[in-house]
Amino acid sequence: MFLTEGIKSFGKYFILLGKTFRKPENWKEYRKALARDLERLGLNSIGIVSIISLFVGAVVTIQTAYNLDDPLVPDYYIGIATRESIILEFSPTIICLILSGKVGSNIASTLGSMRVSEQIDALEVMGVNPAAYLIMPKIIAMVFFNPLLITISMFLGILGGYFAAEFAGVLAPVDYLQGIQSSFNPFFITYALIKTVVFSFIIVTVSAYYGFYVKGGAIEVGINATKAVVSSSIAIIVANYILTQILLV
Amino acid sequence: MIEVKNLHKGFGGEPVLKGISTQFKNGKTNLIIGQSGSGKTVFLKSLVGLHQIDQGEIYYDGRRLGEMDDDERKALRTEMGMVFQGNALFDSLTIEENVVFALSMFSGMTKEEMLDRANFCLKRVNLENVNKKFPAELSGGMQKRVALARAIAFKPKYLFCDEPNSGLDPKTAIVIDNLIREITQEFDITTVINTHDMNSVMEIGDHIIYIKYGIKEWEGTSEDILNTDNESINDFVYSSELFRKIKTKL
Ligand SMILES: Nc1ncnc2c1ncn2[C@@H]1O[C@H](COP(=O)(O)OP(=O)(O)OP(=O)(O)O)[C@@H](O)[C@H]1O
Ligand SMILES: [Mg+2]
Repeated sequence: MFLTEGIKSFGKYFILLGKTFRKPENWKEYRKALARDLERLGLNSIGIVSIISLFVGAVVTIQTAYNLDDPLVPDYYIGIATRESIILEFSPTIICLILSGKVGSNIASTLGSMRVSEQIDALEVMGVNPAAYLIMPKIIAMVFFNPLLITISMFLGILGGYFAAEFAGVLAPVDYLQGIQSSFNPFFITYALIKTVVFSFIIVTVSAYYGFYVKGGAIEVGINATKAVVSSSIAIIVANYILTQILLV
Repeated sequence: MIEVKNLHKGFGGEPVLKGISTQFKNGKTNLIIGQSGSGKTVFLKSLVGLHQIDQGEIYYDGRRLGEMDDDERKALRTEMGMVFQGNALFDSLTIEENVVFALSMFSGMTKEEMLDRANFCLKRVNLENVNKKFPAELSGGMQKRVALARAIAFKPKYLFCDEPNSGLDPKTAIVIDNLIREITQEFDITTVINTHDMNSVMEIGDHIIYIKYGIKEWEGTSEDILNTDNESINDFVYSSELFRKIKTKL
């Protein structure tokens, strides 16, 4: 029972994807929608992502410093460890999990209320493909904007670490600066950005799926927005494992 | 012309429409009447393909809806205008943007042309100075009229209105009724209207079908309705004391 329901939802999700990637009726209107979505879903996330990144970067540095408090381990190792945790895991994965809450619930509830107020039906009767018009611009917005957002997050996370060194006094700033420049593997950035692109795609499509197929009213919109966040978070965590296995091992 | 043959539609095993057949001619206002919950909205949504029907056939000027591929259906829909019972205005867009939506998607008109068209349509439904407002800032009746303006903006060949004058005062309701009838005749539109409003039935009912318990109980013109001895439709139409009195006077 549970399994068949799961398989059915999975099938429905892919059917929705199929409907989404169709030729736009009018490129100009889709570009307008893209601009709106870039602002609503992308630019509006810069603030929260910046604050979180700065503080978490600082905290990671302090904690690493405490844990590596051993005379045999040189201090600049703290810089290396901070950099790697931020680039590999914190920025791409944790920030995307936060975005799945912020952006995912936004997408699911917007589409859900459009569904229950028949706005999606209205689009359909006009001859517009509602899946393509409503979902494709959001996918493009997130898949192209989030790598930039995550790069900002990496930079600010590492900067937060520097502030911790400077003001919390857990290590000398010069050691930190030496650390973040030591034994750097540029592929880690590629790995992080690949993850970001995949996670962004998951956030938009999974949330859109839950919003698009709402049946009922306000309560169901709320329920589906929650489901959207839960499911996209789980999907991100699983994809994170699979991608890491493929790309890093 | 729209032709409906033996249309069946139900939900989860519960039938709502049990084999309805009729024809809607162009240039005529076709009215669907029936009690609340009798399936008028389901019928209209089945007609435009928003509900997948269980059985039956629907033909748009000879083209069968169920046999169209995605592109054909989309092309057909650009010729449709629809007013939903709950308006279904795009709440993130202004009134003007709502009205020109289909135009900007499909028409290739310039901004000025679209704006002119929007103003013209809004004026026809007795609305002015609302262009830059959002749907939530208008009253229910005003929203309904915007929905009608949106439905006629792209000069539809088929017009569907689900209770277009519910929530309107009697005077505005007549304006709306007359507008629908005028454009139907002027542009030879195939128009299907769901209504409870007996005034509309008498005023603009070129062709009326009465749905009861999922079947077509009665069909005729507004003239016929005055003279029919079908008990069930008389019961429905003359449920108010006032209408009964009017009938005996006639
Ligand atoms: N999506 C749906 N799922 C299940 N049942 C439905 C659905 N839509 C309508 N129904 C049922 O179909 C029947 C007819 O509903 P419909 O909305 O067509 O009535 P109506 O004639 O338009 O009524 P009103 O005049 O009040 O608008 C009702 O019993 C309703 O419960
Ligand atoms: Mg109805």
